[in-house]
Amino acid sequence: MVPLSYYLVLSGILFACGVTGFLIKRNIITIFMSIELMLNGVNLSFVAFAAHWHALAGQVFVFFVMVVAAAEAAVGLAIIIAVYRTRETLNVDQVNLLKL
Amino acid sequence: MTPTLNLWLIPILPLAGAAINGFFGKKSSRTAVSTIALFFCGAAFVWALSVAWRFSSVAPLHQEYLAHWIRSGSFTADFAFYLDPLSLVMLLVVTGVGFLIHIYSVGYMWDDPGYYRFFSYLNLFMFFMLTLVLANNYLVMFIGWEGVGLASYLLIGFWFTKDSAASAGKKAFIVNRIGDFGFLIGLFLLIQHFGSLNFTQIFEGVPHLTPGAGTEALLTTVGILLMVGACGKSAQIPLYVWLPDAMEGPTPVSALIHAATMVTAGVYMVARSHVIFERAPMALTVVAIIGTLTALFAATIGITQTDIKKVLAYSTVSQLGYMFMACGVGAFSAGIFHLMTHAFFKGLLFLGAGSVIHAVGGEQDMRKMGGLKSYIPVTAATMGIATLAIAGIWPFAGFFSKDEILWKAYQANWVYWLIGLVTAFITSFYMFRLLFMTFWGDYHGIQVDAHGRVHAAHGDDGHGEPHESPMVMLVPLMILAVLSLVGGWVGIGNRFEHFLAPVFGSGEAAGSGKEAAGNFTEYLLMGVSVLVAALGAILAWVLYVSKPYLPQKIADGFGSLYEAVLNKYYVDELYAALFVKPLVDGSTRILWQGVDRKVIDDSINDAADGAQHVSDEVRHMQSGNLRSYAGWIAAGSAVVIAYMIWLGVGR
Repeated sequence: MVPLSYYLVLSGILFACGVTGFLIKRNIITIFMSIELMLNGVNLSFVAFAAHWHALAGQVFVFFVMVVAAAEAAVGLAIIIAVYRTRETLNVDQVNLLKL
Repeated sequence: MTPTLNLWLIPILPLAGAAINGFFGKKSSRTAVSTIALFFCGAAFVWALSVAWRFSSVAPLHQEYLAHWIRSGSFTADFAFYLDPLSLVMLLVVTGVGFLIHIYSVGYMWDDPGYYRFFSYLNLFMFFMLTLVLANNYLVMFIGWEGVGLASYLLIGFWFTKDSAASAGKKAFIVNRIGDFGFLIGLFLLIQHFGSLNFTQIFEGVPHLTPGAGTEALLTTVGILLMVGACGKSAQIPLYVWLPDAMEGPTPVSALIHAATMVTAGVYMVARSHVIFERAPMALTVVAIIGTLTALFAATIGITQTDIKKVLAYSTVSQLGYMFMACGVGAFSAGIFHLMTHAFFKGLLFLGAGSVIHAVGGEQDMRKMGGLKSYIPVTAATMGIATLAIAGIWPFAGFFSKDEILWKAYQANWVYWLIGLVTAFITSFYMFRLLFMTFWGDYHGIQVDAHGRVHAAHGDDGHGEPHESPMVMLVPLMILAVLSLVGGWVGIGNRFEHFLAPVFGSGEAAGSGKEAAGNFTEYLLMGVSVLVAALGAILAWVLYVSKPYLPQKIADGFGSLYEAVLNKYYVDELYAALFVKPLVDGSTRILWQGVDRKVIDDSINDAADGAQHVSDEVRHMQSGNLRSYAGWIAAGSAVVIAYMIWLGVGR
């Protein structure tokens, strides 16, 4: 059996990749995908703990996260399309209307 | 059961007039304004007369309660009125002379753009003065006291666009505050020791105090503090300096407030508090000395002044000194008697002076007048009567009251009498000097076609000569002239004194026993004072009519002394150096530059600057850069997690 720590390390790596991608990427779709990566890193740790402790709550949380992530993806992609239509760019640094 | 006299109507009526004119006068016609002002003031006078008529059927002391004011523990002060022969005399003088001056003002102020404002203030003054006179406790009296101060301030500064008028008003107000401060502390002492400010309670309480040094010290302190208040209001040394400056106000104001009524409030207050003073001989001595000195001091200044109103102002100060001298020697009724006759003749003198100023187009310098008696005979005649009255020539009003005072002063201490006599001589001299300079000789003035002052201007003024005032101004002059003549006759046979006896009580009745023995002396003294007055008049005639070149020579002869008197003994300059300059400098350097600028402003500014500097640094954090926010969140979370792990490991 694979020990818990492996899952957690993988989960940490996935989350760190997500954070790094979020911070350094400029394309809004890549940023969006990085967020998904972070969510899934967290999901992995949830299910790992759930399996380890034989507690179903962790798995239920994962379902919730997936539902919310799906909804978020739908809304987020819609916003991305809207932004692209008006500004013709997906570079977040140029979407700065509210900046000082 | 005492019948009600509805005393409250007397002050309320002028207040109504003031309110109506003050609120609606601006849009009303002059006729409407004067009708309202005269109606309400006249109604107060008529009501005062009817009160006087019915007063004899009431007990010698009548009190009326109007409304609660302050009830705090055992201390009460209500809006209540107090009528006894003393307040009745004041009441009639204030409403009577006040009404006449209202009539006069209709003519005098007709061309002034602030016509409605003037009458509103004048009625307001009447309200406060009547409150002062009718109050049944010191606190309500104090309302009136401060109120007349306010009205006086407003009216002195009536032509407030003129700098000198505005500052004269301020000066009057500030100098009076000094006196009021003493008055207030006196009132606090009274509350502390009697638990009340009610006249009846205090006056009944005073005789029951146990005799001793403590009681006398208390009453002396109270008496002197009250006298400080009286010094401010009644322009006595050392607080008289505001009154001459107050002549910046319109002349009817000088007549009403600064001669006939308001300035006598101090005398009234001292007389009203006679119970306290009678048990504090030292306070009485202070009153007498201040009065005597002021009488002499102001009279000497009066000799050299050339502004017709300034002469009258110093004369007023001097005559008020007489009244205080009378009070100081315990002859309160003589003081009040002089107050009444003085109201007649000094009111008349001021109104006459106003008529003269009106006639010559706003000129107040007597050196530019002269020979006016052929131009304005009525004014000249009435002012002549007033001059005779103030000089104390028999049988004019001033003779009786002044003689009464001198006689009482003689009985108390011949020094007072002597100074009083010298003052009488000087008074006679400077008043006849005024009369001769103004009405005799040749006219030195400019031809009146271009008017300096609006109020003195006539629409149809084509003629270049001084002209007599309209009837509306002359009638009050004539009435006052009659009063100046006959007003003193009520004092014949001590009738006035007997009338006031219920107020001032047995203290004076004891003196009447001596009178039989002193009759010869009294007549002798009368003769002396009339003689002295006549000498003053003759001297004035010699110097200003028959040998007009002499005064300059005499003035040169006296040199620096003359200079000092001409400059009013440099008292204003002295006060400026002693009090005003240190105050202004202290305020400027220490309070303004030091405390306000350095401490208050700088601490606020430094706090603001500090906040700005900190914000300048801190605001870089809020860049609007989403990734940097996310970075901070990630870093922060990492720190928190590291901390928690460290905690876990530590355990």
